[in-house]
Amino acid sequence: MSMDRRKFFHLATCGTLGLAGASLPIVRAGVRGSWLPSGEALAAKRWAMVVDLKKVLEKEDSAKLIKACHSAHNVPSIDDPQEEVKWIWEEHFEEVFPEQSHEFLPESLHEKPVLVFCNHCDNPPCVRVCPTQATWKREDDGVVMMDWHRCIGCRYCIAACPYGSRSFNWRDPRPSIAEQNPSFPTRTRGVVEKCNFCEERLRRGELPACVEACEHGGLVFGDLEDPDSEVRKLLRVRHSLRRRPGLGTKPSVFYLVDDVCEDTVKEILGEDLQEANGR
Amino acid sequence: MYDAGKVIAGLLIALVLFTLPVLYHVVSGESVAIEKLELGVPEGVTECVRSADFMRREHMHLLVDWRDAVVREGKRIDEESGFRMSLTATCLGCHQKSQEFCFRCHEFSGVKTPYCWECHVDPTGSQ
Repeated sequence: MSMDRRKFFHLATCGTLGLAGASLPIVRAGVRGSWLPSGEALAAKRWAMVVDLKKVLEKEDSAKLIKACHSAHNVPSIDDPQEEVKWIWEEHFEEVFPEQSHEFLPESLHEKPVLVFCNHCDNPPCVRVCPTQATWKREDDGVVMMDWHRCIGCRYCIAACPYGSRSFNWRDPRPSIAEQNPSFPTRTRGVVEKCNFCEERLRRGELPACVEACEHGGLVFGDLEDPDSEVRKLLRVRHSLRRRPGLGTKPSVFYLVDDVCEDTVKEILGEDLQEANGR
Repeated sequence: MYDAGKVIAGLLIALVLFTLPVLYHVVSGESVAIEKLELGVPEGVTECVRSADFMRREHMHLLVDWRDAVVREGKRIDEESGFRMSLTATCLGCHQKSQEFCFRCHEFSGVKTPYCWECHVDPTGSQ
């Protein structure tokens, strides 16, 4: 059989096209589905937390709030401070608010333990530095998320976060988890973790675990963009602080501090104050 | 062709050597059939999120798609099946223990052990 050049190219082209057509069903099998949101999720434009400092200090059981969070999220309890992992914990007032503190603070604030956790900043520095986009700010509700599947453990985010909100798993966390919660994953060695504003609970229509563990409303959770929300109402009438405001990270966590000195004021000034006010 | 006899004889010998494992079983009549792996699903369960054939071929890709949809897009429901996209609740809801389903089949097929369970907790505690 003899074939000229022209005919060979014709046949080769037709053959290639035929093969491409035949493989189309295989390529189409790559489309594996479409997804829907869950109907029961709580929604907000920007989730925020208000910590009522006096209520938390005097009425709430902080250890219980911490335990509620840590057991819900399989956070390991490691005693070694160099390797500990924490999502919510306590720090002295002066360390939480270094720019708003001075050596003449009232007794009611001096070295008092303040609950701290991820601030879910509006302008999060951890997100800017993440090389794999394992951490990102969710555009629809402002939650600073983490995708542990993607985290490569470079710890840039730990260096970038000015609040120390992130922990690194220096060792396999599983042996240090007393009781595993099967509905939430653990992490592995070499992964960074932090508070996720209970994103998985919001999706089920539940409030964050720490808020739910409050018995006296010490923590209030709501939508910062909704002027009628509980958090906005509190911020409108009470004096609040944000951590390290000069850095421009714009935290979504606020601390109410205006009534912490109330008792001291009454004690010192007593009736003088009432008289002064009366005049 | 030079030395055609030698070359062809050599090729034949090579062919026999290479196919010796197969020929051995053909000649000896020993069974080479591999026993079918019985993974089993609980009684009363008739449907999966996709066809069994699709799942055998594509489950790893589907799981990655589900993962991205849930974690990165905040989606929760698989539209085609109506099931909640959850490895521990939906998949293990039928396929009981990861140890007995995922690991056994991966071992049988000679592929890498799935690393899902390094983080995800098997609710049946089988890992």
